[in-house]
Amino acid sequence: MTKKTVWQSIALWLIPLTFLLIFFYQPLLAIFKLVFSERFSDGWQFFKWSQVSRPLFFTLYQAVLSTALTLAVGLPAAYLFARFQFAGRKILRTLTTLPFILPTVVVATAFNTLLGSRGWLNLGLMALFKLDTPPIQFVNSLGAILLAHVFYNSSIVIRMVGSGLSRLNQNLPLAAQSLGASPAKAFKEVTFALLMPSVLSATLMVFLFNFSSFGVVLMLGGPQFATLEVEIFTQAMSRFNLPVAGLLSIIQLGFTLLVSVLINRVNIPRYGKSALAAESAGLRKPKKRIEKIFVAIMVLILLLFMVTPILSLLTRSFFSFEADRAAKVETQAGFTLRYYRELFENREKSLFYVPPIMAVRNSMIYAGITMIIATLLGLLAAYAMQSSGRLSEVLEPLFMLPLGASSVTLGLGFLIVFGSSLLTQGRFQVLIPIAHALVALPLVTRTLVPALRGIPETLRLAAKNLGAGPFRVFREVDLPLLFRPIAVCLLFAFTVSLGEFGASSFLSNVAMPTIPVAIYRYISQPGALNYGQALAMSSLLMVVCVAGSLIIERLKLPGEELF
Amino acid sequence: MKSKLFLLTILLTLLLSACVPKVIEDPHSSSEPRVLHVLTHDSFDITAELLAKFEAENNVKVMIIKGGDTGSALNRLILTSSIGAVEADVFYGLDNTFLSRALENDIFEPYNAPALTYIDDSFKLDPTNAVVPIDYGDVCINYDKAWFADKALALPNSLEDLTDPAYKNLLVVENPSTSSPGMAFMMATIAHFGEEFWLDWWNAMKNNELVIVSDWETAYYTQFSGSSGKGPQPMVVSYASSPAAELIYSEHVIEESPTASIVADGTCWRQVEFAGIVKGNKERVLAEKFIDFLLSKDFQEDVPMQMFVFPVLPEAVLPEAFEKGSQIPEKPAGLPPSKIAEMRDIWVEQWVELMLAN
Repeated sequence: MTKKTVWQSIALWLIPLTFLLIFFYQPLLAIFKLVFSERFSDGWQFFKWSQVSRPLFFTLYQAVLSTALTLAVGLPAAYLFARFQFAGRKILRTLTTLPFILPTVVVATAFNTLLGSRGWLNLGLMALFKLDTPPIQFVNSLGAILLAHVFYNSSIVIRMVGSGLSRLNQNLPLAAQSLGASPAKAFKEVTFALLMPSVLSATLMVFLFNFSSFGVVLMLGGPQFATLEVEIFTQAMSRFNLPVAGLLSIIQLGFTLLVSVLINRVNIPRYGKSALAAESAGLRKPKKRIEKIFVAIMVLILLLFMVTPILSLLTRSFFSFEADRAAKVETQAGFTLRYYRELFENREKSLFYVPPIMAVRNSMIYAGITMIIATLLGLLAAYAMQSSGRLSEVLEPLFMLPLGASSVTLGLGFLIVFGSSLLTQGRFQVLIPIAHALVALPLVTRTLVPALRGIPETLRLAAKNLGAGPFRVFREVDLPLLFRPIAVCLLFAFTVSLGEFGASSFLSNVAMPTIPVAIYRYISQPGALNYGQALAMSSLLMVVCVAGSLIIERLKLPGEELF
Repeated sequence: MKSKLFLLTILLTLLLSACVPKVIEDPHSSSEPRVLHVLTHDSFDITAELLAKFEAENNVKVMIIKGGDTGSALNRLILTSSIGAVEADVFYGLDNTFLSRALENDIFEPYNAPALTYIDDSFKLDPTNAVVPIDYGDVCINYDKAWFADKALALPNSLEDLTDPAYKNLLVVENPSTSSPGMAFMMATIAHFGEEFWLDWWNAMKNNELVIVSDWETAYYTQFSGSSGKGPQPMVVSYASSPAAELIYSEHVIEESPTASIVADGTCWRQVEFAGIVKGNKERVLAEKFIDFLLSKDFQEDVPMQMFVFPVLPEAVLPEAFEKGSQIPEKPAGLPPSKIAEMRDIWVEQWVELMLAN
């Protein structure tokens, strides 16, 4: 590297690194310093190493299984969406984004209507085989954890790999075939090899999300399963054993770092820059029989596991099922708008009633700011990573760490560092999109880095030779080529924020309640109306998500079919 | 492309501009209102007008900070207190299972609120009045009335009854290490059977295929058959006020709640909620006024409908739906706070060891 490029890369690193240092590493260090201080050292009294090894083993075990299953569903699905044109393709793909944003409480009830002991699957099987007891036990099983992880995280694979796949130069596998390779060999040696960077990125992301899984394990897996994240929560919040919680957090962070470094070490084949096409590869209708079967099976799988739970939620928010009780006063079952109408009413004149419009507005504001912060910082970081060879090997994994930081730990760290500062006045609004951006940032950089690596340097050189300055090169060469990945990044940041990932749940959100806050408000109280309103609010969340992703997907360059 | 980008920029600018915080303050007031910070749990609510009245009368702006569930909010207070960065003047919502942790950490300043004289001594679990009782609720087993009627099965009348094979796989409880009603119910069994025998009962229940989940939401909405979630178990550990909530928040106007509580002696645990003035507060006088407000008839009559708990003030009148829908156990279980302080973690450890390790 010349001296000039070194300075350039340092300049690029400066802003994203500063952001992480202030909003991630600072609170983390502060909380660790506190929990390991003399004051809380009582916690070590009954400490056993099995308290670490047991959750660690289970965390790794379920994360590996979940990731494998997610890839098994996500990769063919990504291929399906990137290659084939079929009726309902766009809608189906938008629907697969929805699970990502849904609160676990709601997902639990959705799966229950499907797979619970009175869900239609069990009822069907019972009727079919004349069974007395439901054959499928869903809640409190490892199967529930795995299924929910596939449900939640497949969209990461679909988006990340799909974005790489649709920009792949279609002529290369064809060339391989014309040189005598079988289609299978061409796929393996050309298509798959070229896709490796985005497949690895997606694998890393999915693994890290599964590794730090909390709600799914706690609620669907039930009390006999505990990941590190769950154990950290239990130790810190229920037992108030802070040093043990701190130790568990450090181990979780350590493994996150280790996995990120290992994935970075995998030798990514570099086949020159001609691998990526400037324009997205054309979609085509499935022609051969095997293609038709593939499309049919994939669509069926996606419908069954990703769309049905969502639809059952949606329908349930419009239907009341109160009639089948003989002992009760006669009620009517059927279509109702009651839950939605009720959302707009503050019957008890409660201070913390959340008007739905305001919840939507607040969620959109947070999501908007998160998108800006995460995408801008992610762009800078991705350029920095690309331009600085050795430095980037060291720094890149540091950007993945927010995914492995337990929300409890980081949340408490936020409190200690920013709790009394003038900036927030104890209200934390500013910190909420920042907390979301911390989670979105790894996704964004991991989407952009492989895309950046694929931009042919010759194009930039040509532009430079014609007299374009660096910004002009960015605007005229990089930006058009990055447009699709950037749209994917916006979508990731948007959904991460809508789903309230990360430590933001530890920041009191009283002044600007969001849709998930409203959902929790309803579902934490008994009563049919509260339940119905929670589902109605969840449906609203999904509508916002669909609307947002449709707008983002519509952004496009002339002549380019985005997604 | 440019117009689309332009549109996006405008959209984002609009979004950003919308987030300039709105300050709802009266610019004409002669003196700036002081600010009182109240830290509480997520379930806290109050009639908006009532709080506004308190604010107007005392020229104060009450800033409410919600800190998660009871345990999380309390831990947050202890943690911030430990480094002298106290963020609240008043804490509301501490319950008797956490009382010992709060007192051990010495984070409250005693206040002998005048209204305490009217309040029954059984609620005053802290003789120093570092925290004062505000409301209570009973954690009881709720059951699905229609289910028991359909099966013509008699209701269990005691904890002992539940080990009968007739009730196999019919009860869902929450894990005490992650759920506050779960903790309360575990305490009830310890109070009822004594420290020597309580685990025997749980062991018998394990053999009777008791279902354990992590949190109240899953227990009530995905496992319990009496709720809208229509789960498999007809009995759930919830609150004595839940049937009233089912009545008030029913879909249609119904005469009676689809659920009821088992309130037999010793089957319920009384959760008393306390409020206290935080050590290191900046507004002692206002904090005292706020505690008095919490014990006033107005607020005490507000708690049932806002938070589904019962007032500790005897003169507070209960709303009609509460009179009709909820039962109050005559002899709920209780344990001395000192005992809880000493044994809490050990009990949970023992419970987890027995019920979850296999």
